[in-house]
Amino acid sequence: MSAVDSILSMLKDPNTQWILLGCMLLGLCSGVIGCFAYLRKQSLMGDTLAHAALPGICIAFMLTGIKSILLFLIGAGIAGLVATLGIGFITRNSRIKPDAAMGIVLSGFFGLGIVLLTQIQHGDYGNQSGLDKFLFGQAASMIGSDVTTMLIVCSVIIAACTLLFKEFKLLSFDPGFARGIGYPVVLLEQLMMFFIVVSVVVGIQAVGVVLVAALLITPAVSARYWTDRLGAMVMLSGLFGALSGVVGTWLSSTTASLPTGPLSVLASTLLFLFSLLLGPRRGLLAKQLTRIRAKRQLEQHTAQQPVQELAKEGGRSL
Amino acid sequence: MTDFWILLTGALVACCCAILGSFLVLRRMSLIGDAISHSVLPGIVIAFMISGSRESFGMLLGASVLGLITVFLIQMFQQSGVQSDAAIGVVFTALFAIGVVLVSLNLRQVDLDLDCVLYGEIAHVHWNTWELFGTDVGPKAVWMLGLTLLIIVVVIGLFYKQFKLCSFDPALAAAVGIPVALFHYLLMGLVSMATVSSFESVGAILVVGMLIIPASAAYLLTDKLGHMIVISVGIGIASTFLGYGAAVILDASIAGCMVCAALLLFIVAFLLSPSHGLLARYLRRRRMQEQTIQP
Repeated sequence: MSAVDSILSMLKDPNTQWILLGCMLLGLCSGVIGCFAYLRKQSLMGDTLAHAALPGICIAFMLTGIKSILLFLIGAGIAGLVATLGIGFITRNSRIKPDAAMGIVLSGFFGLGIVLLTQIQHGDYGNQSGLDKFLFGQAASMIGSDVTTMLIVCSVIIAACTLLFKEFKLLSFDPGFARGIGYPVVLLEQLMMFFIVVSVVVGIQAVGVVLVAALLITPAVSARYWTDRLGAMVMLSGLFGALSGVVGTWLSSTTASLPTGPLSVLASTLLFLFSLLLGPRRGLLAKQLTRIRAKRQLEQHTAQQPVQELAKEGGRSL
Repeated sequence: MTDFWILLTGALVACCCAILGSFLVLRRMSLIGDAISHSVLPGIVIAFMISGSRESFGMLLGASVLGLITVFLIQMFQQSGVQSDAAIGVVFTALFAIGVVLVSLNLRQVDLDLDCVLYGEIAHVHWNTWELFGTDVGPKAVWMLGLTLLIIVVVIGLFYKQFKLCSFDPALAAAVGIPVALFHYLLMGLVSMATVSSFESVGAILVVGMLIIPASAAYLLTDKLGHMIVISVGIGIASTFLGYGAAVILDASIAGCMVCAALLLFIVAFLLSPSHGLLARYLRRRRMQEQTIQP
């Protein structure tokens, strides 16, 4: 009963309403775009882009002196673009493997970002106090205008994913074929990367640089356990994301000191563990059952075989 | 004296990370280093909650255990059919979230700054000194890092041949009877130790830079593992000095500047390496073109 009460009180509080809506939207759009990233084996791209966004955000702030999510989005988008181009350039032109290239860009950009951040703190940029909160994420500081931005970003991403569903599907499973039948593959890839950057930058504000990767990866991995169809997987992943956002907000509204972001991530990890255990066919339990059934069949088979053969031989000898 | 201690700490971090980073880069496990450096956070917090002080050795133990758990979980999820990059992502974010929640649960008793864990503050190293028999023997961090470096050098030195074979051809290593899994976990344990002993000075996130960037630059400069380790240590130490110089001039974060210096050195290696650099490749291609045109 107390759980219901606390949910009701959360729904009545106008401040929490914004946070709830924001976290839900965030989970939804990250879950949707995360599916494509997962299938293209680019899950950790989210992590890299989140770290790489830092210098972009700092430069955007240094140039304008204004803290607005839209400006940060532009700065982070450009930084993310440079980061992806850098990773591609390093892997194409040397023998460095993609994982090391990602690590180099991730830590190099983040180091640069920290240098810029200290410059901002030491310089006279005035109202910089919220910038580090932006990095660790503080969903509780979300206000109406932020949620409006999120709503726009989220609906654009979901609309684009619906309209370009066929193209993104082909790109995820067989990019070579997509190029063969004349799709603008490079453009589509960049577009998808841009969507990842956007959802990462929006997510940084709520959950912070490190945990934003979880919003992209975990719902997608969980959804993969339940279905083999991309359409269903995308919907399920969006649902998982939104659900974990709601659960995270609810838990953090019941206890005062707990931050929303990490709780959402933990909720989505619990969903992942649940899927890992109980997913049909792919889950651990289902696999174990299949194994036991196969073993029993084999035993029955081998147990029956000698009797039948004896019977046959007995028949022949008679 | 402050400069000396900061530079010594930075150089020790660079040595520890560069040696281990060479193996990580060769085994294509750079991002596991990233994952470990994040997921040691709950280990540090739990050790801190149990001991109630920033007693470094308890933290070292707690974090090493967490590092091994991370590797174990990643391996388990991979074997149950999750893509390897997604497995890394799920595990480290979950553990990091647990760490953040633990910190905020105990915020009142715990004097553990999240910023400090993540970014580190090498400039404070010389304040936290260690007293032995009543005399001041230098910063704690230097002793911790020195101990870690000693362990790394001894373990890698003793089993150099085994580690080498495991990094280049794990199948052959298994066939000749080397316990590949054991060496895998040994390496990962060392990586988590190095991460923890450096987190106070350079921070959890920038350890990744010191692990991967110098080793990758060295990978472009040589084809021999022994040389690669030496060059990578050299690049690491050079970026410490360059970074500290830049930080003093710019009045910026020292750890950030060190990683930027490492990135700069990597870019130089990437462009100018005599064997694998961009310029060398371009020149070689042009020479070959000329040769084919005029036989």
